[in-house]
Amino acid sequence: MGRMTKFLLAILTWTLSATAIAQFRVEVSGVGMTQLPIAVASFRGNEALTQKVALIVQADLERSGQFRGVDASGAALDETSRPDVAVWRKQGADALVTGSVTRLAEDRYDVRFRVWDAVRGQDLGGQSHAATSGELRHVAHKIADAVYEKLTGEKGVFSTRIAYVTRNTGVYNLWVADADGEGAQSALRSSEPIISPSWSPSGSQLAYVSFESRKPVVYVHDVDTGKRRLVANFKGSNSAPSWSPDGKTLALTLSRDGGAQIYLMDASAPGAEPRRLASSSAIDTEPTFTADGRTVYFVSDRGGSPQIYRVPLFGGSPERVTFTGSYNISPALSADGRWMAYVSRVNGAFKLHIMELANGQSTAITDTSADENPSFSANSRMVLYATQQQGREALMTTTLDGKVKARLAGQSGDLREPDWGPAAR
Amino acid sequence: MKLNFWMLAALAAAVLAGCGSTVKLDDVAVEDKAGQAVASVDANALGASSAAAKSQTSVTTLAPANAANTSGGDLMVAGGRVVYFDYDSFAIRPEFQAVIETHARALKGDKARKANIEGHTDERGGREYNLALGQKRAEAVRKALSLLGVPESQLEAVSFGKEKPAMLGGSDTAMEKNRRAEISVR
Repeated sequence: MGRMTKFLLAILTWTLSATAIAQFRVEVSGVGMTQLPIAVASFRGNEALTQKVALIVQADLERSGQFRGVDASGAALDETSRPDVAVWRKQGADALVTGSVTRLAEDRYDVRFRVWDAVRGQDLGGQSHAATSGELRHVAHKIADAVYEKLTGEKGVFSTRIAYVTRNTGVYNLWVADADGEGAQSALRSSEPIISPSWSPSGSQLAYVSFESRKPVVYVHDVDTGKRRLVANFKGSNSAPSWSPDGKTLALTLSRDGGAQIYLMDASAPGAEPRRLASSSAIDTEPTFTADGRTVYFVSDRGGSPQIYRVPLFGGSPERVTFTGSYNISPALSADGRWMAYVSRVNGAFKLHIMELANGQSTAITDTSADENPSFSANSRMVLYATQQQGREALMTTTLDGKVKARLAGQSGDLREPDWGPAAR
Repeated sequence: MKLNFWMLAALAAAVLAGCGSTVKLDDVAVEDKAGQAVASVDANALGASSAAAKSQTSVTTLAPANAANTSGGDLMVAGGRVVYFDYDSFAIRPEFQAVIETHARALKGDKARKANIEGHTDERGGREYNLALGQKRAEAVRKALSLLGVPESQLEAVSFGKEKPAMLGGSDTAMEKNRRAEISVR
């Protein structure tokens, strides 16, 4: 195939997927990306339903940065078909997903899929899920997880949930949504700011900071029941909640003793007395636990400018982690213990950075200038963060090398303060 | 006169908040009992999509976010209760000493009054770090009042970080107006 033909095909594919998947746009930059080309054929029987399973699966896989979508329009296949792999090879697909949506009863559907290795013509297996029309989107994310795991050997994170905050004409909403930003449901609506939502390790509770009583206080909110309790309303400001990996302890920032300092609290005992974690005459804030629960990373300006430090929980003094630049904040740690995402000011711009903890090597991975509040996906492969694009606050996901980014949609207004939830239960 | 105005403003805010509040909160007060909601807040359960839709469209009366922002005669009042700070600074400039002395006298003269000192920052940087910076400004004003003999029991320093700018936008003027501590007497 000539270079020009390839180029035109690429444009055609891009146009098709752009119209079909208007809900998101994936930006790919950089060279040397190894992405598996995959075709996801329309699921037979899906035509009449609003949620298109194949499109959601393909969008998920593309957002991960591990896959490149190959046009599958016009294919009439389902999970029982034996596809002509030569045709799909010619399309450039190394893998193929087929499936069907069958109506069983009033608002009951059987969703089936199968994955094919188009290089070897091998059936890699499939699954079936029962769903109502309202659950189709979630089932599609589960299918994307299964495809991702079959083809990469790692867990997918498409059926996880994210939390974020919107501000729209003076009204603040705390949302819980699918990992692609869709299917958002409001957990809290307030006329005062809400910041710093933080998922409990079980994925059932959110801790956050609310200003509804004219000062920052910390709530823990059970997202399934809507019940919440005030966990920190001490004199002064209460903020920056973060869970220990076992869910038993909350680290947070209190100013009860004058100035922002970090404390630990029993997450389950109301009225528990906070214990001071580290002590300084400077600002200490934004605590976050390592995956083994033995160390807390935090931000402090004890050295004259905000930098990231870490302190062992069971004895030992804090040590500095960031040394480049005069403003390093908002540390987030990957579950595999390898990476730290944080925001660093570079020439007046606030940029998302990824540091490899083993060697301290750090890279800026965005071309935006107001990045905030990163958090890792449960499989340590992606980062969700807030930034500004065209004058609006927006949420983005990125791969750790910054080469594949997607802007999350599904809401109007300013989107901010995201937190990526734990692996699906 | 000034204090009477603030009492009225606080009362108005409390009444409006009472109207707007539609959800009973499961509050567990931890240390002080000052955490009554002044805002309208709806806490929702997830799962039922109809519930989510309802919350999106529910009409709620919003309490004024900050009585100062909605009052008339801003300049005179603001001059009397706002302390502005230089970039990256927490030092009280000499021209604001009079503001602090006026409040110290009023607070010492009436032990029933409480002052809430709210620290604010400009829009640059992270929300949590700005919250800590705003706290530092509020603490500076609290300490100044305390040095003039106001008991700590009458003072609370809190921060709004960059969440409540006095002026929107990233201009130098806006950022100067936003680096501030506001003294609210109840």
